[in-house]
Amino acid sequence: MNGQYLDFEKPIQEVVQRIEELRRIARTEDLELNEEIEKLGKKLERLRVDIYRKITPYQRVQLARHPSRPYSLDYINTVFEDFIELHGDRVFRDDPSIVAGWARLSGQSVMVIGQQKGRDTKDKIFRNFGMAHPEGYRKALRLMKMAEKFNRPIITLIDTPGAYPGIGAEERGQAEAIARNLREMILLRTPLISVVIGEGGSGGALALGLGNRVLMQQNAIYSVISPEGCASILWRDDGLKEKSAKALKLDAESLKQFGIVDEIIPEPNGGAHSDFEAAAASLKTCLATHLKQLSNIKPEELVNQRVEKYAAMGAYSE
Amino acid sequence: MSWFRKEKRGPKLQPKKVIPDNLWVKCESCGEILYKKELEKNLMVCPRCDYHYGFEPFQYIDLLLDRDTFVERDEGLQSQDPLKFVDRMKYSERLESAVKKTGRNEAVVAGEGVVGGVCEVQFGAMDFSFIGGSMGSVVGEKIARSIRRSIEKRQPLVIVSRSGGARMMEGIFSLMQMAKTSAFLGRMHELGLPYISILVNPTTGGVTASFSMLGDINIAEPGALIGFAGPRVIKQTIRQDLPEGFQRSEFLLEHGMLDLVVPRKQMKNTLVQLLNFMVD
Ligand SMILES: [Zn+2]
Repeated sequence: MNGQYLDFEKPIQEVVQRIEELRRIARTEDLELNEEIEKLGKKLERLRVDIYRKITPYQRVQLARHPSRPYSLDYINTVFEDFIELHGDRVFRDDPSIVAGWARLSGQSVMVIGQQKGRDTKDKIFRNFGMAHPEGYRKALRLMKMAEKFNRPIITLIDTPGAYPGIGAEERGQAEAIARNLREMILLRTPLISVVIGEGGSGGALALGLGNRVLMQQNAIYSVISPEGCASILWRDDGLKEKSAKALKLDAESLKQFGIVDEIIPEPNGGAHSDFEAAAASLKTCLATHLKQLSNIKPEELVNQRVEKYAAMGAYSE
Repeated sequence: MSWFRKEKRGPKLQPKKVIPDNLWVKCESCGEILYKKELEKNLMVCPRCDYHYGFEPFQYIDLLLDRDTFVERDEGLQSQDPLKFVDRMKYSERLESAVKKTGRNEAVVAGEGVVGGVCEVQFGAMDFSFIGGSMGSVVGEKIARSIRRSIEKRQPLVIVSRSGGARMMEGIFSLMQMAKTSAFLGRMHELGLPYISILVNPTTGGVTASFSMLGDINIAEPGALIGFAGPRVIKQTIRQDLPEGFQRSEFLLEHGMLDLVVPRKQMKNTLVQLLNFMVD
């Protein structure tokens, strides 16, 4: 969308630039080039379909991390209305790598909580690259409990490389914060929908992810470890990330087959970053459907469903 | 997930490898020459420097449960290979060799027994020598079933954690074991049943960030490495040296993450004492 292209997107970039060039010429020279532009537009569409149809597992990882990909706040400001951000864990500080607050989804009050990455360098640092400290998870839990108190559904948007591995994070109990979120999310007596919109990085993603429904955008990933981390540990060579990305089966299609993800949210051809509005519209439709399905379920039943859902996950023989 | 790399510094975790075939051993931590029988009699704790060598599941069963009361459950559960995972070797072969090496099917031994003459408990102890004590589907399921039995029989739960974290070769299924174990602990939490979590060297990653940190009471052995991220990952991320004693039991106690640090020798008494306060 805004000028950042991955290597395998270069052919797309060329066509986009040519279209822009023609538009500029048409404007400045007052020429009629619509036919030409339309032709290129069709070519662009075909190119997007072709390129995205055969991307490799690691290219999918790159897409999930695409610097132009919509982040939580992009969706919060388009899919939802009247967002009012609420801050702080009431213990230590506010963690800007998680944004949360009240919002409306087609008029209905909901609590929305999203992991937030930054766009430019300054913003990236402010958001800590989307890696939360314990206080981020504690803020999220505080607000999930608030939603429960007022019988409002919760929507979490997951997009993080992982929980932050740092000294302060360990001192303040990163493991405890994640563990507590897992236990408490299971018990929430209100509907909870989790959506992986980019990177679902391990425990740091799961700590917001115990939805009654877990949805995943088409080009998002969800994994126990990053392909780089896995390659460096198991293959002792972090160059083998393509191999490990394939082995980890971290794409939406695989996770749907495994029963980990309930529904894949389609993205526009060319990925969510090629058309924010289309991506937001398809997210909104999907959220509305699941929210409606969950709205008539009794609180105890929501908890039971959640326990049963996660109790069934595993692959073993007796 | 630091379990896959051998620690270059510090004492080794498996005493067997450091003890030569004679009567004397050199402490890997303080260098003292120790009489092997004396070290064993001292529960594999160095009498001079107090270093706690790794203990296996059945050693914890002998240490903490009353004699001959333990009945193992779910020992037949075996890991599948849902991702058909292959790195430098096949996961299925890795599993086979771990079974051969340990004589056990998986990285946790679970069952029930008696503590202090009267109190029946559900008990689990993790096995670090089985693929680094990592949590895959079977570990998650066995812990979950132990919690479920605690709920059904209204018995306390005691788990000794010793794990490098999630088992990468089971991918997302291993991550979801954090959800599964925590889900059952959520259920148990509402019912007024005590859960005592004992963390020993090392407990990191997805195990710490799920059932290990969720005890009503969290106890650690002295000097155990306990954390979410492994020290190597943290060091790489922040590009600084880590403070002395970082992520050790005493550090966690100081920062409010543990209730108690208890030497191995006193662990059973402490357990009995605590259960007496919480169970009628
Ligand atoms: Zn010693």
